[in-house]
Amino acid sequence: MADKNEILAGLAEIVNEETGLEVEEVQTDKSFTEDLDIDSISMMTIVVNAEEKFDVKIPDEEVKNLATVGDAVDFIANAQG
Amino acid sequence: MTRRLVITGLGATTPIGGDVQTLWTNALAGTPGAKTLEHDWVEKYQLPVTFAAEVAIEPAEVLARPETRRMDRSTQLGMVAARQAWDDAGLSRPGDEGYDLDPERVAVSFATGIGGVWTLIDSWDTLRERGPRRVMPMTVPMLMPNGAAGAISLDLGAQGGARTAVSACASGVEALDVALEMLRKGDADVVLAGGTEAAIHPLPMAAFASLQALSKRNDDPASASRPYDLDRDGFVMGEGAGALVVETEEHAKARGATIYAELAGSAITSDAHHITAPDPEALGASRALRRALESAGAELSDVTHVNAHATSTPVGDKPEYAALKSVFGDHLENVCISATKSQTGHLLGAAGAVESVLTVKALHERRAPVTINLDNQDPEMPLDVVTGSPRDLGDKQQVALCNSFGFGGHNAVAAFRTY
Repeated sequence: MADKNEILAGLAEIVNEETGLEVEEVQTDKSFTEDLDIDSISMMTIVVNAEEKFDVKIPDEEVKNLATVGDAVDFIANAQG
Repeated sequence: MTRRLVITGLGATTPIGGDVQTLWTNALAGTPGAKTLEHDWVEKYQLPVTFAAEVAIEPAEVLARPETRRMDRSTQLGMVAARQAWDDAGLSRPGDEGYDLDPERVAVSFATGIGGVWTLIDSWDTLRERGPRRVMPMTVPMLMPNGAAGAISLDLGAQGGARTAVSACASGVEALDVALEMLRKGDADVVLAGGTEAAIHPLPMAAFASLQALSKRNDDPASASRPYDLDRDGFVMGEGAGALVVETEEHAKARGATIYAELAGSAITSDAHHITAPDPEALGASRALRRALESAGAELSDVTHVNAHATSTPVGDKPEYAALKSVFGDHLENVCISATKSQTGHLLGAAGAVESVLTVKALHERRAPVTINLDNQDPEMPLDVVTGSPRDLGDKQQVALCNSFGFGGHNAVAAFRTY
């Protein structure tokens, strides 16, 4: 179990690994596509890495609802709950 | 009126240099690129051959990390060489300040022998060990043989076509034949041509060893690649990439480009003899040599230098000699031969591209690079091989050839002329 700050930090590491973006840029209000310029292929890689890191399932049909980093943090926190 | 084609940019990442200048300096000095492999998989899989010629500069040191994650190693090496050549030619990309190319007149011809072998096999391991969800979404574009051509076309904004010649160890020179065809047809003004290979992986290493194609000099890798030597016992696996910017003379002159040499002609033939063994009579290779000279409008007496395929296998070097002898006859004694695989190892689908870079440099600098490890030349191949120190090619107008032959019976020859 990780709290939301820990989830955000973990996600930021995953995004950094995939895209090279600085971890500080990965904030809850940032849109994956608009702000972080992450395409659908990188998004799938990030999702699969997040599933492994946080031991959750993120169904494919759910991914399109994760518009912002905050959406992903909330989904992971609830899924862990 | 045939359009005249010129070489205006060169790039390379190889076992004896991560850029063209270092490659060239080392090729003149005679520098063995083969070393004992330090990967744990060599012992794990009990590979019978424990050495190879790995690139001098890891692509991850040159490319940004997100790029490397989306490219197979073969595409990474190709991208490094392609960018060097493009920058060397002084060409820009869409979005650059002062970009003045017509992207629809810019094309790519980038070859490989195998393609993304690391990605293909790693992905299979991932599937078996961790399930389908863990198989990367980029697996297909990373493993496909046209991956490098596609990625390079994106990088350069080349919309005039991105083609991939796949003809085993002849691929690199075939890429130049494709470029020549695109330019002579008038489909493009500039083509980034080249080839790449990254197959120092346990499976190809085991497979080539199984075929008895690799040298087994595990105790002395530096002397293992010895074309034309009586004690040659196989080729040395290498990796790397080479790239050449080919453009019409008109286009090059209009932008004031530095011209290294003319791509005067090229030819492709096939043996239809045996899937791996060369035709001992070398009829296909001879036809390729004649047709390349014809395509170049060159006389036999124009030719002063050949960068030979010469892989250092017991059976492979002789048919190339037979082809050269049958085409050149007595003039062969006036042609100096460089077997640069003695230094670089055999870069498979990149070999012809890197060796074309060296052939162009030889004409531009008027010096032929050396062949190392030739201690006892096989008397059945009485060629004038450049050894010891580079050969001065003199200042007259001249033609040099680059030969590449591949499994499948592919023969490819490119002809370059001083400019």
